[in-house]
Amino acid sequence: MDNPVKYPTPQGNPETRHFWDQAVEGKLLIKRCTACGEAHYFPRSICPFCFSDKTVWEESSGEGEIYTFSLMRKSASGPYAIGYVTLKEGPSLLTNFVDCDQSKLKIGQKVKVVFKTTDGPPLPFFTPA
Amino acid sequence: MAISTAGTLAKAGPKGEKTASEQETSAENDLTIKGKAYLAGIYEHPTRHAPDKSTPQLHAEVAKGALEDAGLSKADIDGYFCAGDAPGGVMAMVDYLGLKVRHFDSTDTGGCSYLVHLGHAAEAVAAGKCSIALITLAGKPRTGAMPPRATGAEVDFEAAYGATTHNVYGMCAMRHMHEFGTTSEQLAWIKVAASHHAQYNPHAMLKEVVTVEDVLNSPMISDPLHRMDCCVVTDGGGALIVTTEAIAKSLKKPLVRMIGHGEALKGPRGGKDLNLTYSAGVWSGPRAFEEAGVTPKDIKYASIYDSFTITVLMQLEDLGFCKKGEGGKFVADGNLISGVGKLPFNTDGGGLCSNHPVNRGGMTKIIEAVRQLRGEAHPKVQVKNCDLAIAHGTGGLLGVRHAASTCILERV
Repeated sequence: MDNPVKYPTPQGNPETRHFWDQAVEGKLLIKRCTACGEAHYFPRSICPFCFSDKTVWEESSGEGEIYTFSLMRKSASGPYAIGYVTLKEGPSLLTNFVDCDQSKLKIGQKVKVVFKTTDGPPLPFFTPA
Repeated sequence: MAISTAGTLAKAGPKGEKTASEQETSAENDLTIKGKAYLAGIYEHPTRHAPDKSTPQLHAEVAKGALEDAGLSKADIDGYFCAGDAPGGVMAMVDYLGLKVRHFDSTDTGGCSYLVHLGHAAEAVAAGKCSIALITLAGKPRTGAMPPRATGAEVDFEAAYGATTHNVYGMCAMRHMHEFGTTSEQLAWIKVAASHHAQYNPHAMLKEVVTVEDVLNSPMISDPLHRMDCCVVTDGGGALIVTTEAIAKSLKKPLVRMIGHGEALKGPRGGKDLNLTYSAGVWSGPRAFEEAGVTPKDIKYASIYDSFTITVLMQLEDLGFCKKGEGGKFVADGNLISGVGKLPFNTDGGGLCSNHPVNRGGMTKIIEAVRQLRGEAHPKVQVKNCDLAIAHGTGGLLGVRHAASTCILERV
């Protein structure tokens, strides 16, 4: 099912540029703090939990499960399913569920990352695994 | 009551001659807004659609209305509070209105901004930073589209996914149903209760009494929220005057004062332990109740932010009116209807039926709470001997980043 939406182009900044460079390679990155061990998303240079600057990039499996979702019945570009995915590595992130029958989505369902093109680096979305 | 170490240190005399308990008593008195700020003026603009007025004009009209209600004049105002709806912010508004103030605050936390302002105005009055504070809200989302929400560091990682109030509150409702078995029928009871109150409000946008079936049969907007789970979109606004005990007592209105306030913020915080079943009200509520020295059981009337039915249900749980997960059972069967249930709420019809000016319901929550405490609510919905009320709201996006503010008000 093709999505007719034209997605906004991520602008990036010095703190997040590596994330977008790796997205071009099809990789979903998270950040992990080597001081407290916690992973987080979206990426920060300073850990939002312990405030250490010892954060490092880590490639996510891109696998997770649906924490919650809602099917927006109408929009200028048609219906879409917004939700949160909890990654295997721990952090949860906001996303859309694409390339699927959106009426069959369930909380707890296994999903995997899929990248969609923009005029710049691609954006991570999720689809049933 | 325990006080913080910082508070104790701040109050310790230079020679340390006071006992610890004496310091605590003194600090308690100084470090609270309890009973120190009075709501002397309220005004809700009667319009729900104002294509023929400017937004600054609506701010001026509500300011004028609140001053007249209080029996004060513009020259008396020495503090001003406004949020993101005020065109040009505090500098432009103070100039436009012709105010001369010595204290101001333009905190913007979406729809609960005015509940935050009320707390901050009480602090300012208690600290002597100003003696007559004006708080205004006005705007015209029914006439024309509002500017987009401000974004932060998350923008590249979230903007593409189309988070709107409908679908973000839908996500909260979906998770609440999953964890606690909450049903659409239970959520519908919140709208039903609001509609029972709105029938008596001549200014309410929706005056028709609706049933649970009406809500369930209204079109699905964003699962599991139906159209009737959503608040109205209205032009308009409102204003408040907050002042000292001495000034309030020199005026003619029944005395209503702040006795407790709490505020809090919540967001995904790096995506760790995401939990959409509770709001920042779990922190703002207990702070306000502790300061006021009362409990949810003591509250006679509750103004609860009602952008959506799920907003009300989650906040009632978070404030402790029932246990987490039991909100569905609590709101069912008319428990929020004045004269019928145990906790009369939003007796003006709330945002669900009467008014949600500028897509920001915090102002009208305070105004109806003051009407109840003054005995000025419609006789059909007036709570008997209403001497203690709560006005609580959340602002921003409940399922993403939001603020909460809780105000506890008492009739003197």
